[in-house]
Amino acid sequence: MATSVFDRRLNFSFSSSTQSPPPAEGFMPGVSESRFIKNTSEDALNNRELLEFGVLDGETKKMNLFQSINDAMRITLATDETAVIFGEDVAFGGVFRCTLGLTEIFGRDRVFNTPLTEQGIVGFAIGMASMGHTAIAEIQFADYIYPAFDQIVNEAAKYRYRSGGIFNVGGLLIRAPCSAVGHGGHYHSQSPEGYFAHTPGIKIVIPRSPLQAKGLLLASIRDRNPIIFLEPKILYRAAVEYVPMGDYELPLGKAEILKSGKDVTVVGYGSQIYVLENAIRMAEKKISGLSCELIDLRTILPWDVDTVVKSVNKTGRLVIAHEAPQTSGFAAEIATTITENCFLRLESPIQRVCGWDTPFPLVFEKFYVPDVIRCFDAIKEVIEF
Amino acid sequence: MVFACRNLWSRKTSLNILNRKITRFCQFTTKTITEEKVKFPGVKESYFTDKMQFIQSVNPIPTYRVMDRQGKVLDPAQEPQVSKEFALKIYKDMITLNIFDLILYEAQRQGRISFYMTNYGEEAYIGSAAGLDSQDVIFGQYREAGVLLYRGFTLDEFMNQCYSNEKDSGKGRQMPVHYGSKKLNFQTISSPLATQIPQASGAAYALKRAGNKNCVMCYFGEGAASEGDFHAALNLAATMRYGIASRGIGYGIDSIRVDGNDVWAVYNVTKAARQLAVEENRPVLIEAMSYRISHHSTSDDSSAYRSKEEVENWMRFDNPIVRLRRWLEDKNWWNGQEEKSFRAFIRKEILTSFSKAEKLQKPSITDLFNDVYDRPTPNIIIQREKLKKLIEKYPNNYPLKNFKNEGEDL
Repeated sequence: MATSVFDRRLNFSFSSSTQSPPPAEGFMPGVSESRFIKNTSEDALNNRELLEFGVLDGETKKMNLFQSINDAMRITLATDETAVIFGEDVAFGGVFRCTLGLTEIFGRDRVFNTPLTEQGIVGFAIGMASMGHTAIAEIQFADYIYPAFDQIVNEAAKYRYRSGGIFNVGGLLIRAPCSAVGHGGHYHSQSPEGYFAHTPGIKIVIPRSPLQAKGLLLASIRDRNPIIFLEPKILYRAAVEYVPMGDYELPLGKAEILKSGKDVTVVGYGSQIYVLENAIRMAEKKISGLSCELIDLRTILPWDVDTVVKSVNKTGRLVIAHEAPQTSGFAAEIATTITENCFLRLESPIQRVCGWDTPFPLVFEKFYVPDVIRCFDAIKEVIEF
Repeated sequence: MVFACRNLWSRKTSLNILNRKITRFCQFTTKTITEEKVKFPGVKESYFTDKMQFIQSVNPIPTYRVMDRQGKVLDPAQEPQVSKEFALKIYKDMITLNIFDLILYEAQRQGRISFYMTNYGEEAYIGSAAGLDSQDVIFGQYREAGVLLYRGFTLDEFMNQCYSNEKDSGKGRQMPVHYGSKKLNFQTISSPLATQIPQASGAAYALKRAGNKNCVMCYFGEGAASEGDFHAALNLAATMRYGIASRGIGYGIDSIRVDGNDVWAVYNVTKAARQLAVEENRPVLIEAMSYRISHHSTSDDSSAYRSKEEVENWMRFDNPIVRLRRWLEDKNWWNGQEEKSFRAFIRKEILTSFSKAEKLQKPSITDLFNDVYDRPTPNIIIQREKLKKLIEKYPNNYPLKNFKNEGEDL
């Protein structure tokens, strides 16, 4: 049994000392200044998607991403007797503190450590879910989800279909920290959503902020389909916003227009949203009169085709950005669908700004990721075409 | 939970290799000054020694049996006290399974169904079904039709699945023998090997949390025990307290090896294992030694890796059905006349069911798109519409008369 709160492959440790090295999840400058972060309680509650949940009169609390995820899981454990959370080191709070304090409240039979076996963790979760229980499995890093690929793709995704609908694993949710952190190298930086987006039967959700994460996670846990919930780990501490304290959900399969505009549609998800926000700011400053529309996809599978199609039919131009490598990345799927639906409205070729087709490189990270300049340049390209 | 591994090859050499893998470690020595105990984390019982010794195998694991090959009980105390009716139910199910296999195997050979897997030689595993409670949850590999049969899956239900017809509860989506039944607590079979083993661990944990006094029975073959999922599952089950026998021991799991051709031994062991699982929340591993008489499946020719003579010897000298029959005859609970008439009767029943299933239509074409999610997602709805238009455009290329509703509900 694992007994360490440290990731086994790297010393992803935390220290409260002021002399401490940078946090495991890195720094993401710019998040705190984002216009999409809810910096006041009023701001947080000014959200039509929350209307039906009765949280608009309730309290809010300033939380970072790991705290809001923790809050969603606390609500789940308190409201669903069958719910359990498990994974490597989760009983101690997990490498990123997402399960902190839950063992103390709910006991070791509901929040527990597993051996280091990802296929075992997911298989175990499928078994629990097949008995009608709610199983929240944590894979310590998305980079380590691949031993469980067979269980996810061949088992969880097909459980309902292959049984003719008599069995299902709707109560299954797999959480995994994903994406770049500044120093994660090959195995602490990956964004594997593309692999799983090719798998009918599962849903994939990637939140961009604490408020979003809580609502999307609660909706994902309660959705009657197996879900992979990828958490951009660079946001765990960097993203802080006011989050409603109550129990609320945000819709799956629904994108959100964060900023409306008339000339270019820009699509992203997760931490990439903040990069795109800055790239748009830069472009709008440098190109006079330019107005860009920014869409956060939120759910990768099934994705909100309508919202993006509507937007591109208005703007005629599309830029898509994600950290995962370009070839067969999810941007390819978006580009094809938009070409099919908006061909006559397109003013320029769709631009993809993605990781290069290389493994995620430690020291070259700055050159690898679709950063502000590359995204800015792509916006410029579609305008100047 | 109970893991039931059917070791189908029972070759000593391969087991020795397994033992070696598990137990090979070396004990370096320091000069013992006091009787110091080994206190490294994870060490259960060990002592320091000044002798360097590489370990290759643990003591031979005995194989439990109740009857010899002739059906004679070895120790009367081990003979289960069962009624005639109970024993005959097991026996008739074994024969039914055997004849069913014979007919379906032939049907596959004639191209009437796409695939089949028989249970020849392993029929005594029905004893394990008899040792369980009907509410115990089954996670099977794919060669457990006898467990379903014992629980009441009807001949029609088997046939409909193998024929992928409109009455197949799996809606014609999986190859033959991928049965599943919610009401009989039998999770639907999937083809990948060993994936069901960690799932069974999770299901057992769910039962334990729900305070349910049932266990999970997980079946798999010797081949599956080489997959990573097998080790993952044993590791999980062992660390969370609920092997092939030697491998089970390696994980600290109560393990037993049993003569898998002896239905009463399988029955006794399953009952005892179930008790350990349910009352003491301990995982148990049963290694049932048997010999698969059939080819792996209709896609396999096993003569490529074993001799015909070897197979025939097993069939002749260690047949689980014959063994139980002799036991029944010794008790005067069965005779040649009854054997003959039951075989004729069940054969007729199977053939009736067979031709009924063959005549039914295939499931509705809409079932192609259902059940991917709880509700069809927008992309699936669009794609269903596309298929509908395609069929309307090219009706001759997509004949629908064999499908239920002939595409009307698409």
